[in-house]
Amino acid sequence: MSQAMAGAMDPPFPAERGIEVYNKKLGMWIFLASEVMFFAALIGSYVILRFGATGEWAKPGIVLSIQITAFNTFLLICSSVSMVKAYAAIQDGFPDKMKFWLLMTILGGACFVGIQVYEYIHLVEHGFVPSGFREGSHLAELVENGTLPAATMGLYGSTFYTMTGFHGFHVTCGVIAMLYLYLFKALPGKYTSQDFGGIEVVGLYWHFVDLVWIILFTIVYLV
Amino acid sequence: METAHTHKRPNYILIWIYLAVLTAAELGLAFELPITANIKLALLLFLAVWKALLVGLYFMHLKFEKWNLRMLAIIPIPLALILLFAGMSESIW
Repeated sequence: MSQAMAGAMDPPFPAERGIEVYNKKLGMWIFLASEVMFFAALIGSYVILRFGATGEWAKPGIVLSIQITAFNTFLLICSSVSMVKAYAAIQDGFPDKMKFWLLMTILGGACFVGIQVYEYIHLVEHGFVPSGFREGSHLAELVENGTLPAATMGLYGSTFYTMTGFHGFHVTCGVIAMLYLYLFKALPGKYTSQDFGGIEVVGLYWHFVDLVWIILFTIVYLV
Repeated sequence: METAHTHKRPNYILIWIYLAVLTAAELGLAFELPITANIKLALLLFLAVWKALLVGLYFMHLKFEKWNLRMLAIIPIPLALILLFAGMSESIW
C-alpha cells in the first residue's frame, strides 16, 4: 500500500522540461512582460486623454523639436546594434571586441540621456512645463496668438513628461546596468564564449527600451 | 554555466539600415503632405510597428527562439490591447 502511494507521488518519466532557457533569461522575459503592461498603461492613458480631449492637440513640431529627437532615436537604434554586436562578439569568443561594442553601447545610451536632459532644459526655458505652459514665456505668446491650443496644453505637458520621463529613467537604469557589466564582468574577463548570460539578459532589456522608444517617438513627436 | 540558444545569425547591419531608412520615412511623413491626417496616422503607426517588430524579431532574437518563450513575449500584447480598448470605451461612454 505504502509502495503504491509512493509510486503515485513520483514524477512522470521522462520528466517534462519547461521553457529551455536559463533562469536569468526567463526572469528577464517575465520582467519585460510586466514592462509591456506598464508602458501599455502609460500609452493607453495618453491615447484616451488625447483623443477624448475636448479641444485640439498641439501640432507636431511646434513645441517639441522633431530633428533633435529623430537624431536621438537614431542614436538609440545605433546603440541597440552595438549591443547585439557585443553579444555576437562574445558568442564567437572575441572578448576584446565585446568590450569595445559594450562601451559603444554605454556611450550611446549616455548620449541619449544627455540629449534628453538638454531637451527638457530647453523646453522648460521656453515655458513648456508639466502643467502646460508658463505665463510670460515664449509658449504663452504662441497660446495667446492661437498657434497652440490653451485647453489641452496641461494634458500635453503632463503626458509628455510622464512618458518620456519614465522611458528616460529606464534608459538610465540600462546604462548603469551595462556600466556594471563592463567594469565588473567584462573588463576582468569573466565572460567567455561559453558563459555570457549577463550580456544577453541586459541586451534584452536594452533592446526592449529601444523598442518602446520607437513607439513613443511616433505617438508623442510625430502624430 | 549559462549559454545562449544557438541559431543562424541575422545580418545585424542590414537590420540597422532598415531601421534607419524607416526612421527617415517617418520623418518625411512628419512634414506637411497632401494626404489626410488619418492616412498619415495609419502610415506612421505601420512604420513604428514594423520597426518594433524588426527589433523584437532580430535584435531580441524572438524569430529564433522556441515557441514557448515567444508566447511569453506575445501574451502581454493582447492584454495590453484589452487594457487600451477598455479604457477607450470608458472614455467614449
